[in-house]
Amino acid sequence: MHLTPDQLVFFRWGFFHLNATVVFTWVLMALLTIGSWLLTRHLAGPEEPGSRWQNAIEAIVGTIRRQIQSMCPVGADTYLPFVGTLFLFIVGSSLLEVLPGWHAPTASLSTTAALAISVGVAVPVFGVLRQGFAEYFRHYLRPTPIMLPFHLLSETSRNLALAIRLFGNIMSEGLILAMLVMIAPFFMPVPMQVLALLTGVIQAYVFALLAMVYITAAVQRGQEG
Amino acid sequence: MDRVTIIGLASICMAVFCMAFGSIAPAFGEAKAIIQALTSIAQQPDEAATISRTLLIGLAMLESIAIYCFVIAIVLIFANPFWNYVAAKPVG
Repeated sequence: MHLTPDQLVFFRWGFFHLNATVVFTWVLMALLTIGSWLLTRHLAGPEEPGSRWQNAIEAIVGTIRRQIQSMCPVGADTYLPFVGTLFLFIVGSSLLEVLPGWHAPTASLSTTAALAISVGVAVPVFGVLRQGFAEYFRHYLRPTPIMLPFHLLSETSRNLALAIRLFGNIMSEGLILAMLVMIAPFFMPVPMQVLALLTGVIQAYVFALLAMVYITAAVQRGQEG
Repeated sequence: MDRVTIIGLASICMAVFCMAFGSIAPAFGEAKAIIQALTSIAQQPDEAATISRTLLIGLAMLESIAIYCFVIAIVLIFANPFWNYVAAKPVG
């Protein structure tokens, strides 16, 4: 039984290990990239009727954009590529679990830590872009400079929580499934897998939502007080 | 009992305790949050979108406490560092 896809090694050459996390991350990245390249090659204009694939992709992107706009009304399109990509990556890795042999790369702490680190880098970058360098980092010294370690601690711990939450949820689904296959292999795994699909989508939503909450807080905190 | 048995016993008991007690507090917290959110939606159905979004954020925060306990329990059972240390050495 594998706890994480890190332990499933496909190919070994010296100290170079090609494990399932890397393989399925690249498969998913290729799917997302090539898929969106194929779908956006011949986009129809606003007047002419688009293809059904264009309708599907417009529905997805439009929904993500509306969600972002309802949280951060100003400059929502700046954050759409980053947050939308996070959401689509996590949703894709969870939903492709219906394919036999697929291991969700988000069940590995390395993947979720990488996602959380990119959120942790993106938040100050968006804040600095919006408010300027000095204005953004002056916030860390408010209300008094004594609060500086606590600000740093809270930012670190919330990124850690972001990584561990996603990892724990996705990994626990896989673990429960593996145990059920051992105990009652005939019927029980199917409802649990349906539940795992639901949990995967909710976790992707929560991850993107929290990333957006952190970005909104970093962008707006100078204006409110 | 030799050391391997003691460490195995302690790890499994503590994993069970961690999971049991660690899920009580988040369960109560999530129950309170959901009750409050449902009451608010019943009073102001127009604000349902905002309330449920905030509820989801709060639930994710609360849920992560239980997830920490779960991760610790999993580490205790499947990837226990002390167990590996003792099991690697000859008994004595």
